[in-house]
Amino acid sequence: MISPSSNLIGLLYLVTIICFIFALRFLSSPKHARRGNWIGGVGMILAIVSTLLLDGIGNWALIVVAAMIGAAVGLVGARKVKMTAMPQMVALFNGVGGGAAALVALAEFHIVPEGLATTASVSTVLSALIGSISFAGSMIAFAKLQELISGRPITFPGQNIFNIAVLLATVGLGAALVAGVHDQWVLWLLVGLALLFGVLFVLPIGGADMPVVISLLNAFTGLAASATGFVLSNTVLIVAGMLVGASGTMLTLLMAKAMNRSVTNVLFGAFGQVQAGAGTGMRTDDGRTVRATTPEDVAVQLSFARKVVVVPGYGMAVAQAQHDVRQLAELLEEKGVEVQYAIHPVAGRMPGHMNVLLAEANVPYDVLKEMDEINPEFPQTDVALVIGANDVTNPAARHDTSSPIYGMPILDVDKAASVIVMKRSMNPGFAGIDNELYLEPQTTMLFGDAKDSVVKLIAAVKAT
Amino acid sequence: MNLSLVIELTILALAIFLGFEVISKVPAMLHTPLMSGTNFIHGIVIVGAIIVLGEADDTFLKVIGFTAMVLATANVVGGWFVTDRMLEMFKKRPEPKQESEKP
Repeated sequence: MISPSSNLIGLLYLVTIICFIFALRFLSSPKHARRGNWIGGVGMILAIVSTLLLDGIGNWALIVVAAMIGAAVGLVGARKVKMTAMPQMVALFNGVGGGAAALVALAEFHIVPEGLATTASVSTVLSALIGSISFAGSMIAFAKLQELISGRPITFPGQNIFNIAVLLATVGLGAALVAGVHDQWVLWLLVGLALLFGVLFVLPIGGADMPVVISLLNAFTGLAASATGFVLSNTVLIVAGMLVGASGTMLTLLMAKAMNRSVTNVLFGAFGQVQAGAGTGMRTDDGRTVRATTPEDVAVQLSFARKVVVVPGYGMAVAQAQHDVRQLAELLEEKGVEVQYAIHPVAGRMPGHMNVLLAEANVPYDVLKEMDEINPEFPQTDVALVIGANDVTNPAARHDTSSPIYGMPILDVDKAASVIVMKRSMNPGFAGIDNELYLEPQTTMLFGDAKDSVVKLIAAVKAT
Repeated sequence: MNLSLVIELTILALAIFLGFEVISKVPAMLHTPLMSGTNFIHGIVIVGAIIVLGEADDTFLKVIGFTAMVLATANVVGGWFVTDRMLEMFKKRPEPKQESEKP
């Protein structure tokens, strides 16, 4: 196996590493983030060219054809994908990256005729194992998000025990390979089991938990790439893979924290199943009921408010209402109303998803406020306009210890003087529970498709 | 344990700390581009794919290497373009004062 022994190529790889670090560093502000991505691109091209310059590289025709197929697929995918479908896209790229890492490990094992050195075998096994889990898991995540299969958790009795058994068997095979068993079929079996585990571990994870899983799979692919770096004694793979591993791990922990749950609970809790009896009652025991309102009433409230906070959720994105929401906000601003957006960390289907969706609708990023920034402002807010967000506004998370979302940090929408919730129906959100915000005296509901409702609101505000 | 492995592990450990350090500075607003950007970066497995395919001398390795190369290229190209597309959309509110100064 070729390893980059030449000093020149090693140094070129170092430049690539520095480019990648700058790419991430520039992501600290939207002002120069795009330039960062360009620097990362230059680094990648440098790494590819350096690798092609290595002694002993042949099969040029195959390399060019494979690169052209891959590039065409990647380019079309990147161009065509809708911003709402970004989580699937990221899952897909996680998967192909993980798959590539696993294949490189398989090839390495095939090349070396006898037992590998311990280090090489440990890293080969890790690369094959993590890469395969990442590949299969990502494909299931993709299928779920793309709604090719049900997005709800898929469970069966004894699932956790069965999954752990599969994982243990996989690790056992890995240990055998490291201990010196050098049979191709053992590695194939390991890959097969790892693929099975990848499928099994994503199946029971439900809709709202997808951000956590996608971050985790992102980390996995990074780690697989890093392990591949040890297989090939290649520094650029080790470092770049590990940077991704660190990033994915950090986002996983952040997302889990934003839902006030441990990562273990997300992965093994099968959260988000519809609970029996939930989501049926519009009426509680103390007689409070949901009050519906009309676009005209809402328009008057909004037009005469001093400060309006828009709380967008995934429902808004599904209805493709973000452009109309921006138009509504601009109309209100013309009338002298201060408009801000409150973004919950898990709004949307992946970390930061809502920001991208609003950026696409030309909402300037300086009016998008993060949870910690906007929560102290709700008591001074005249109208909170909740568009297609649900669980992240549920006050039960603050006080109802029996609620599945108890302890989750939420947007304190209920502290606003008046709350308008735009919602398709009284169906519960992803957590499968009722939202007591809807029963609060200051809350009124505007039922209907988010886009239709916002269009009607725009007309009504113009008329006011 | 040979020296090169020690060096590699040292590099790995430093990369972990560097990774956490750099990424903790990324605001939540940019977490989706961060994810697709790191997605692009793990496309660096393309280096491994080139090495495998470049020196493949039997059909098995050629098939494995070719597949790895297709997957890795899709990862690199797709990851980069989608990140660029997203970052292009992030714009600040135009300041009324500056507008008059601009041509």
